[in-house]
Amino acid sequence: MRYLRQFSIILFISLIGEIIHLFISLPIPASIYGLLLMLIGLKTKLIPLNAVEDASMFLIEIMPVMFIPAAVGLLDSWGILGSMLVPFIVITLVSTILVMVITGRVTQFFIRMDKKGKDDDHE
Amino acid sequence: MSNTINGFLFFGAVISLLGYELGIQLKRRFKSPLFNPLLISILVVMALLSIFKIQYEVYNQSAKYISYLLTPATICLAIPLYRQMELLKKHSKAILAGTLTGVITTMVTVLLLAMVFGLNHQEYVTFLPKSITTAIAMGISEEMKGFVTITVASIIITGILGNIIAETVCKVFHITEPVAVGIAIGSSAHAIGTTKALELGEIEGAMSSLAIATSGLCTVVFASFFANLY
Repeated sequence: MRYLRQFSIILFISLIGEIIHLFISLPIPASIYGLLLMLIGLKTKLIPLNAVEDASMFLIEIMPVMFIPAAVGLLDSWGILGSMLVPFIVITLVSTILVMVITGRVTQFFIRMDKKGKDDDHE
Repeated sequence: MSNTINGFLFFGAVISLLGYELGIQLKRRFKSPLFNPLLISILVVMALLSIFKIQYEVYNQSAKYISYLLTPATICLAIPLYRQMELLKKHSKAILAGTLTGVITTMVTVLLLAMVFGLNHQEYVTFLPKSITTAIAMGISEEMKGFVTITVASIIITGILGNIIAETVCKVFHITEPVAVGIAIGSSAHAIGTTKALELGEIEGAMSSLAIATSGLCTVVFASFFANLY
């Protein structure tokens, strides 16, 4: 029964996300509205953590396999690329690596600056 | 072959899961980031479909039920995020700065490379939302009149690549703060990258989940500005 109720709550929030998506004409999917709703629900204690935790951990654990079907669908996309193949590969690879490195370094820089500032306060 | 398999409701799901299991076993044995379970499973399924001449639609008729849970699973990313709320508050400035940097870096890189390759406007805008979660990106690409299918292809490859290289990149570039690792992965490789961040640790996973939402939303705001630049 525990898992049934937890799963029901998660699907219910998914449905509310879909309803919000229907009424707000922004390119924001039901999943993002749902994530924010779940976070608000947990924060306000409207949804106790243990009412969704186990089923959530299960869904998160199996999440990687959910991307397999869409990725296999790339088989059919190669044809469309045509003359764009080279720019496609270069842009995809270069930007992914650059963004990862720069974002990580910038975030880390600010975290360390914060930490340093706080250490100084104690002195 | 497609005709027989057409009748099996579990065929696509089973080969996907077996491919993933094979990937996990190979990774355990060889411990190289190249033996990435997600990558292995995708290649295994692609190979099987090509060898046995099975159409993608036939495979997807069964496999789509795995993807059905993607929205609920994304919503569940709120749980690690909630558990790390204190850390999020403590580092809110760094997180915000990192996320904004990530979104702007993606767009500036795409802009510069589009100039280098002499892409036309439609091709250029196709790549602007490439680092964010598919559903948001499809909406943006559509609105800016890009090639939506190519946007999706770029997003998926970005995610898989991010998933494969995340650990190595963070090691090589000395990104060691768990919060920074998470924001870096989520900003560059959205949900597919986030599954790797969750493997690395709960803080990494929570921050990466957060970055899916924040960088997605920031991209909605910035994309139209960048679309007018070229």
